[in-house]
Amino acid sequence: MMACNCEDQQTEEDFKKAVDRRGFLTKITIAIGGFIGTVLAFPLITSMLDPVTRKKSVNWREIGDVNEFKENEIKMVSFENASPYEWSGKIAYSAAYIRREENNKFTAFSVNCAHLGCPVRWEADAELFMCPCHGGVYYKDGSRAAGPPPRGLYTYPIRIVNNQVEIETEALPITNISS
Amino acid sequence: MKKKLKNIWLWLDDRGGFSDLIKPLKTHLVPPGSTWNYVWGSATLFCLIIQVITGIALGFLYQPSADVAYQSLQYIENQAFMGSFIRGMHNWGASGMVFLMGMHMIRVYINAAYKYPREMSWITGVVLMAITIVMAFTGQLLRWDNNGVWSAVVAAEQMGRIPLIGDSLAYFLLGGDTINGETLNRFFAMHVFLFPALLFLMVIYHLYLVFKNGISEPPKVGRLVDPKTYKKWYEDMLLKKGVPFFPDAIWRDAVFSALVLVVIVCLAWFVGAPALSDAPDLTNVNANPKPDWYFTWIFALFALMPMQIESYVMFLGPLIGVILIFSIPFLSKGGERSPLRRPWAIAGVIFIVLTISSLWYVGVQEPWSPRFDAKPLSEYTTVPNASPEVKKGIELFNTVGCIYCHSIGDDGGIRGPNLSDVQNRLTREQMVIRIVNGAENMPAYGGSLSKEELDAIVSFLETQYKTPNKGN
Ligand code: FES
Repeated sequence: MMACNCEDQQTEEDFKKAVDRRGFLTKITIAIGGFIGTVLAFPLITSMLDPVTRKKSVNWREIGDVNEFKENEIKMVSFENASPYEWSGKIAYSAAYIRREENNKFTAFSVNCAHLGCPVRWEADAELFMCPCHGGVYYKDGSRAAGPPPRGLYTYPIRIVNNQVEIETEALPITNISS
Repeated sequence: MKKKLKNIWLWLDDRGGFSDLIKPLKTHLVPPGSTWNYVWGSATLFCLIIQVITGIALGFLYQPSADVAYQSLQYIENQAFMGSFIRGMHNWGASGMVFLMGMHMIRVYINAAYKYPREMSWITGVVLMAITIVMAFTGQLLRWDNNGVWSAVVAAEQMGRIPLIGDSLAYFLLGGDTINGETLNRFFAMHVFLFPALLFLMVIYHLYLVFKNGISEPPKVGRLVDPKTYKKWYEDMLLKKGVPFFPDAIWRDAVFSALVLVVIVCLAWFVGAPALSDAPDLTNVNANPKPDWYFTWIFALFALMPMQIESYVMFLGPLIGVILIFSIPFLSKGGERSPLRRPWAIAGVIFIVLTISSLWYVGVQEPWSPRFDAKPLSEYTTVPNASPEVKKGIELFNTVGCIYCHSIGDDGGIRGPNLSDVQNRLTREQMVIRIVNGAENMPAYGGSLSKEELDAIVSFLETQYKTPNKGN
């Protein structure tokens, strides 16, 4: 009888202990799982963020002699982007439209439509930039003429050094909600 | 011999548990009358299987590197044995998956199969749809031709409209400030590793839910879903009238999937995948990026939307859409499932299908896009015996871009109104005003045309296409 009682008591105590133990083990397992997950997530995140973390440079690129651009004309040039990868190939190059006015005034327009980034074409006879995607049109000074773009064409910084026209590489212009 | 083989099989099955593996299929009961309307989901899954297999096949041939991906696609398309067929299958398999998924969703919605207790099936289904759309889009970019890279730009620009984090998201998507060597690798990794992994997890969970909650019984007018009693009723009904999923229901899935396969093989063989455009080159502006057919309607939406609200629609539209779709099972919980008693649900589906179809139709037509390749007008066909001024007007109409957007007769673009009989609608004065000042969708030519040029164009518009006796 006694033994039986003892055993009963023991069982209850054991049971309580076991439950405590289980609760503890559960917590430990979850914590370890979380730790493993964090460690494993690390390589995934760092590799995805490589474009953000890698060293970048801002570069001025020569795009030609001043005399290569005629006054009151618009010419398309291409130039290498900032910090291309070695395997980028042709894709490392961007294009811009260079407009030269009187008094050596140069403007460099991005070829990306300010609507959704499609390539605009310069129609010399019409003196208009036209976008094939949704019919955006810009005047020769880059301002919006018609269609869905909410603003005029974006421009790149441009300068003249020793009679060489230089353009500053910049990020792809992104039109924001506030534009 | 026969006995030996049988013993081997028995051993394998005992230790390997193959029969146990498919036992759930054989013992799983489904409601009677789950007929041909229930094949859409399995057909979608079947397309996924096609995609996995053809995708692996393409993986053996494709080079995911910015400088040579295009060449490897050329190789696949033109030289590899059956290469263009495999690519065609992968392309049409994707189309099939998107289409069948749409049908599956419409079926589920019309029959209100998302109601208690299958809400999570709907929600995971929507997640699966989102992943499928991402897969379709990233896959399209792996073509890495000129349209492909420009489409990546367009995608980034759309991301850009999200408030605050738009720019960062756009550059994150591109893997840098511009399209660059990493852009392709990034889309490749997403298309081949990341999203397939998520897709498989979700598919497994989606299927698990089908087994757990059972296939929804065909709705009947007047039989309401009551969360309190439904589960018990469903189980009783299965015990009384249910039929085993295998083979009573699955044979239809097999037949339909085989049919899908035949269609996809035919399309792959006879139509093939979309032709590759020029090599990728962001300095080649002669591109007209257009998405594959399943996105054409979104593309049309962007072209047609008024500029003032567009940014908001681009960002809020998908957001509200997603919230709405997710909330469907919570908005209409129990009650009537029969489409005959839910006229508004039917009306909604019809409305959405009609909207998308008409957007799709104009998206294919692209009326807003200037026709850079419009055939120039010739003075002989347009105005016989034209005066020198009118001749000059015709010439200018061709060169200054009028013809890109306006037609005379059958030639020219369709962005603006057809000008064949504009002389009957507008006075000379009004034409001049319109050309000089432009309009919402027409550039003002005041700054670029001289007085004589303007006169010449207007004279041409005034004289053109008069009836022959008048013109002579
Ligand atoms: S991208 Fe140019 S008009 Fe839309």
